[in-house]
Amino acid sequence: MQTRSPVAQEDTNMKKHGFSIKIEGVAQDFGAFAALRDVSLDIKPGELVALLGPSGSGKTTLLRVIAGLNAPDRGRVLFDGEDATYLPVQDRKVGMVFQNYALFKHMTVADNIAYGLKVRPRRLRPSKAEIIARVEELLRFVQLEGLGVRFPAQLSGGQRQRVALARALAIEPRVLLLDEPFGALDARVRKDLRRWLREVHQQTGLTTIFVTHDQDEAMELADRVVVLNEGRIEQIGTPEELYDRPASPFVISFVGEAVALPVTVADGHVNFAGRELHIDTHGLRSGPAKVFFRPADIAVASKGNGEIEGRVESLRRTPAGMRATIAIEGYDQTLEIDSPVEQAASLGEKIPLSLTKARIFPADVPGFDNIADGI
Amino acid sequence: MSDILIASTQKKQSPRLRGATEDTAFARALLILIAILFLLLFLFAPLAVVFVEASAKGFSAFLDTFHEADALAAIRLTLIVAAISVPANLIFGLSAAWAIAKFSFPGKSLLITLIDLPFSVSPVVSGLVYVLVFGAQGLFGKWFSAHGTQIIFAVPGIVLATIFVTFPFVARELIPLMQEQGTVEEEAALTLGASGLRTFWTVTIPNIKWGLLYGVLLCNARAMGEFGAVSVVSGHIRGLTNTIPLQVEILYNEYNSVAAFAMAVLLASLALVTLGLKTFLEWKYADALSGRSRRH
Repeated sequence: MQTRSPVAQEDTNMKKHGFSIKIEGVAQDFGAFAALRDVSLDIKPGELVALLGPSGSGKTTLLRVIAGLNAPDRGRVLFDGEDATYLPVQDRKVGMVFQNYALFKHMTVADNIAYGLKVRPRRLRPSKAEIIARVEELLRFVQLEGLGVRFPAQLSGGQRQRVALARALAIEPRVLLLDEPFGALDARVRKDLRRWLREVHQQTGLTTIFVTHDQDEAMELADRVVVLNEGRIEQIGTPEELYDRPASPFVISFVGEAVALPVTVADGHVNFAGRELHIDTHGLRSGPAKVFFRPADIAVASKGNGEIEGRVESLRRTPAGMRATIAIEGYDQTLEIDSPVEQAASLGEKIPLSLTKARIFPADVPGFDNIADGI
Repeated sequence: MSDILIASTQKKQSPRLRGATEDTAFARALLILIAILFLLLFLFAPLAVVFVEASAKGFSAFLDTFHEADALAAIRLTLIVAAISVPANLIFGLSAAWAIAKFSFPGKSLLITLIDLPFSVSPVVSGLVYVLVFGAQGLFGKWFSAHGTQIIFAVPGIVLATIFVTFPFVARELIPLMQEQGTVEEEAALTLGASGLRTFWTVTIPNIKWGLLYGVLLCNARAMGEFGAVSVVSGHIRGLTNTIPLQVEILYNEYNSVAAFAMAVLLASLALVTLGLKTFLEWKYADALSGRSRRH
């Protein structure tokens, strides 16, 4: 599986036009719990979009609203400009791959894939021979030739995943939805299937939306990533935008590692532990704030130029050089800085540090670390 | 030194290592013996007696029982009662299990408790309740008799009492099964374009069919064999409101033991067939639940 091309190349009739999807002010409550609050989103035809967030962020609820499995309490869902909010799930042309695949365990793989064709009304239903041919084609497409007679219980996790995808593609959907598509698989299979899904998307041209709590997965696969938190969209952007221009403390701390320093802002000046940090406050009002930066964006400065003073607590040799654990005055956690062996500081030495890139947000906006339930 | 110590302790131990929870051979033999004796005395012996007594005066005497008009009427009535109450409980059990397993609604736990009620109430009491509700002096009895329908001491009362007594069987079998399976396969079928009804027949039913059949079997065995509740509401009118169990009692009280046991053979055979099918299903059903079974 690793060596073969992930998708059979000869299939050209898999290419389909994908719908554009527009979500306008969608909200859904489950009792007192607001799963989605006023979510709006535009997805272009053929786009590959990830819904990223911790559990309880509303990402799966949003996916189910798009699929038609949940009816939103407020707001609209448009497919290709047409209101589909109350369109029955059967008529949506949405292919859905469920978290644990939800294969019909009493049916063979071939019957699973054929199901969507067999249940069509008589006038739209392909003939028996056409269904068999289509199933064969799909089995080839997901590289499971010859496994049509097996039952789902006789397949590996990765194979089941591909049956679920073939079953969803059988109905010639215009939108492909995947709920935690790699959640139940072990790390190596995940990696292969990621690359494979990317190729499936390129071959089919379908508008594809997948839900994940794994930021690496979202960043590696998606054209655009929608970061959700507590039922709201925190940011929509390309992986580059999320890394380089995170819109909120939540995004910067959820997408990649981040260090948060407590600071005070006074008249456009940022003060940390008695020193001024040279950060553009872009009109931030005076008061407590937090400076966020990536571990890679702090470096050892030349003597007398540092904005932050750190003390080397411990040193450890790594393949790349020396890793110093540094305690910062006015900050209760340590950070780690890698430097070449020749330039490494000595234990207990006080070193000047400066930030190459940082973002500042008011202190009352929570970052991911401040949110209790985690991933 | 330590070598010697180990050698000496090993000597004292019995040659075969025993697990902490493993009993001695004597205790095991005793427990098995008690279980077998108990089964022989209380289950197998009575069953054997039924067959022996039924054929005490020869096979033709046994067969003669079934030429009696009253006996035939009892068999017919039992079949009618089962034919109405089993499908009724099949539908009720399926809907209750569906509602409990697939939705959440206020009063759900109360409903689960109520389903068990017939198991915890004495059948005689449930029979009496029907008499109070539908009897000539009862709550609805007057209305029914004014409209020319008799419930108590007639077939409708027997059917109602049987439905009441047997309604937990199907529901109790299905609830845990359907709760475990959840709704995700149904949702998958819906996204693939299947209608609700289609989903029910092609996805839900195949997933619960063995459990359903098992529940129906138990329900049927009880429906045919129920005595207490039916006895209260039937009125024991020969040839009209006597089911097989009631007929057995009447014949026995008349010292017609061959006929009584011959009828009892029918019920005992029903029990044996049910038991056989149940064992077969349990074997088959465990297989189906694990999802490994071939097409049935």
